[in-house]
Amino acid sequence: MQHAEARQEDLSASREGRGRPATRDEVVVARHLEKRFGDFVAVDGIDFSVERGEVFGFLGPNGAGKTSTMRMVSCLSPVSGGELSVLGMEPNAHGPEIRRRLGLVPQDDTLDLELSVRDNLYLYGRYFDLPRREVRQRVERLLEFAHLSEKGDEEVDNLSGGMKRRLTIARALISEPELVILDEPTTGLDPQARHLLWDRLYRLKQEGVTLVITTHYMDEAEQLCDRLVVMDKGKIVAAGSPRQLIDTYSTREVAELRFGVDENAAAAERLAELAARVEVLPDRVLLYTDDGDEALRAALGLGLRPEASLVRRSSLEDVFLRLTGRSLVD
Amino acid sequence: MTVRPVFERSSVLSLRVLPPALLGRGMARRLVERNVIAYRRRWWILATGFFEPFFYLLSIGLGLGHLVGRLHLDGRLVAYAAYVAPGLLASSAMNGALFDSTFNVFFKLKIAKSYDAVLATPVEVGDIALGEVTWSLLRGAIYSFAFMCVMAAMGLVLSGWAVLCFGAATLVSFAFAGIGMGATCYMRSWQDFDYVSMASIPMFLFSAVFYPLSVYPGWLQVVVSLTPLYQGVDMIRELDAGLLTPALALHAGYLFALGLAGMAVAARRLGALLRP
Amino acid sequence: MGALAAPRPSLLRPGWLRPYRYFAFRYKRTWRGTVTSSILYPILYLLAMGLGLGHLVNSHLHAVDQTGRLGGVGYVQFLAPGLLVASAMQWGTNESMYPVMGGLKWLKTYHALLATPVRVRDLVSGHLAWVATRVGGASALFLAVLAVFGDVPSPLGVLAVLVAVLTGLAFAGPVAAFTATQENDAALPVLYRLGTVPLFLFSGTFFPIAQLPGWLQVVARATPLYHGVALSRALVLGRVSAPAALAHASYLVAMATLGAWAARRTFTRRLVV
Ligand SMILES: Nc1ncnc2c1ncn2[C@@H]1O[C@H](COP(=O)(O)OP(=O)(O)O)[C@@H](O)[C@H]1O
Ligand SMILES: [Mg+2]
Repeated sequence: MQHAEARQEDLSASREGRGRPATRDEVVVARHLEKRFGDFVAVDGIDFSVERGEVFGFLGPNGAGKTSTMRMVSCLSPVSGGELSVLGMEPNAHGPEIRRRLGLVPQDDTLDLELSVRDNLYLYGRYFDLPRREVRQRVERLLEFAHLSEKGDEEVDNLSGGMKRRLTIARALISEPELVILDEPTTGLDPQARHLLWDRLYRLKQEGVTLVITTHYMDEAEQLCDRLVVMDKGKIVAAGSPRQLIDTYSTREVAELRFGVDENAAAAERLAELAARVEVLPDRVLLYTDDGDEALRAALGLGLRPEASLVRRSSLEDVFLRLTGRSLVD
Repeated sequence: MTVRPVFERSSVLSLRVLPPALLGRGMARRLVERNVIAYRRRWWILATGFFEPFFYLLSIGLGLGHLVGRLHLDGRLVAYAAYVAPGLLASSAMNGALFDSTFNVFFKLKIAKSYDAVLATPVEVGDIALGEVTWSLLRGAIYSFAFMCVMAAMGLVLSGWAVLCFGAATLVSFAFAGIGMGATCYMRSWQDFDYVSMASIPMFLFSAVFYPLSVYPGWLQVVVSLTPLYQGVDMIRELDAGLLTPALALHAGYLFALGLAGMAVAARRLGALLRP
Repeated sequence: MGALAAPRPSLLRPGWLRPYRYFAFRYKRTWRGTVTSSILYPILYLLAMGLGLGHLVNSHLHAVDQTGRLGGVGYVQFLAPGLLVASAMQWGTNESMYPVMGGLKWLKTYHALLATPVRVRDLVSGHLAWVATRVGGASALFLAVLAVFGDVPSPLGVLAVLVAVLTGLAFAGPVAAFTATQENDAALPVLYRLGTVPLFLFSGTFFPIAQLPGWLQVVARATPLYHGVALSRALVLGRVSAPAALAHASYLVAMATLGAWAARRTFTRRLVV
């Protein structure tokens, strides 16, 4: 696609972390962005910017305000406060122009249940006023891309959840958008379907499309995102690349120890010395340290006998726990 | 069906006097295209909709008509079938427009949520309102056209002016498409659709489709004459008989205004529902 | 397992009782809407056609001295007993369209019921018993309204409720059987428009079928609705001839039985896989 070259430079720049190129191209910029429903504040003055060609993530639990933010960015819902610029334009004034260049994968599939798979794509292209012949060609390409070529004439109702999701993604691509917004693209899918989807998203990224993804799966955020923000209760609580966030808010490794249900808290007190930080969850104790095996040995040395234990690298889950004191997925 | 190219370029009603938000951005025809494609696989649902008024014409018009004899219509005596036919044409235009503007709009709005997807494209709420109303009107117009062919074939047409009945019937479809869609945007569940039949069935039965208004007491005549279906029935019956009176303009204006109002209500409500 | 431990259906606790109770229980939540649609519309038809159009019919027949064409009664009295049975057909048909599709597909209540000791035949019988109750209740109410307005001259008219129930079943069975063969509801409006509507209009409810061309009279006589209308009219107007009544009733019973049998077959094919 047309942005491939520009994308390569940007990618290398953002991989380097903070050293952004002077000519950076910001696709979405939000300043003190707010969304209110009556008295309720769903998005509470957030700042972020998405650069052309990157995969930008919003990680947060249910109710954090991710969907509300995505709907404002895709000009589906009016901005309540602050500033928002999408593709250099103001959503309230230029909704249709912005949407023409943007693809949205909403949280719910919203497919047209009275149309076949192929007609779903075809008509969506027509909503962008694309010429028929052009749409027909794109439809066939996208069916292939979404691994749905055999299902073209099938009723949408008969597709599996993963297929519907892929169809929704294909639908968002029919206008060859510069910016694609994916609201929880893999929620509710089985692992196999998720991996197929991730693969398709990688391809898009390779083609230079800017992706904005929301998720409450930390592995998804870690796999896909160049940069991300962690959202909670309408606010952004941290921002950076997955690596930066883990480096900043967690240690290199984590030792997980499971004691009996009522014994975790007592054990944690005795473990306090062994790690930089200790977290007690209902079912286990987490020791944050740069050398997990060492910490585990020391714990055994204290005479503690956990029912189960493991050592792993820190993840975004740990970042979230550190920042909010809660788990991402309850 | 091969009707598709016909709908392609016409946005059917060019009502440029209204604010653009109400009428969208000229993308309404895409919504019409969507319905044409959706019905290509279910053409028989569309086709069978024609038969209900046709059966009524045969049964009530001809069968029962023998027991009714001839009626006075503007000073001349006409067979009952010829009297009832314009009324059935109007109700056919009404029902044809209500199928899609009520149940099917509700399904897309609340069940399939496909309008949410449409709004993520350059299409605006005004396009949806105008597009769905236009499609519903077209469906009504198709039935009206078929019904008029049957009327002509059965020799029930009373004057050459009857060709204008097609335009009048289309206006009836427009009015009910607008009202139907406006009301549907406020419905919460399928149960609320009882109100659609609770409005349309009494109107069908009591709006002078089957017998003249004069059988009612005076006050009831006034009430009945205010219903949109009566306005349509009267307009079509007068055109069919070749009676060109100023009242025609009144009927037409009334129906047109109702259709527009319904469409405006629909566009506003859709905006509030889908773009919170 | 539950199926083995459950008491066997007996005369006092027939197998259909459980699904029947379930349908009745669900109905308690939606009865308001159905009462208007089932009772209000027949009454509106009676007012519009019977009084409004009937006024024209009566004066015309009087003028040409042919009141005998309606058997010497006014148009309302001619129409009312027919409308009672025609409505019963609609109630029976409606109950076997969307509610059955819902049980089979959308809400899957039938699957849930069959996960209990209920058998498919119990399910079908329970459904039909429930339809009979609905039709019986609605037609009793309608007949009461008619009686209040003096349109039920003969005490035998009470039996018209029975005729209505039979007619309802004569349609509910075959229609349920048909619905169970359908993947989705697309064919249901078509069945209504090409089946129910012409029956409603041409089976002697609104005018004697003698008005129809000869070949259509033969068709009309073959439909269950014609027999229901004829029997109900004979009872309500008190002009019963025993052999004719017996023939009408046998036809309705045969249709209802055949329909129940067909429904049991298609339900089994759909639900037992
Ligand atoms: N249309 C609405 N009206 C009122 N409240 C809403 C509406 N949409 C979302 N909310 C509320 O806003 C909060 C954020 O929701 P959402 O943006 O969907 O979060 P997320 O996508 O992160 O789960 C939730 O508490 C939700 O209940
Ligand atoms: Mg969400």
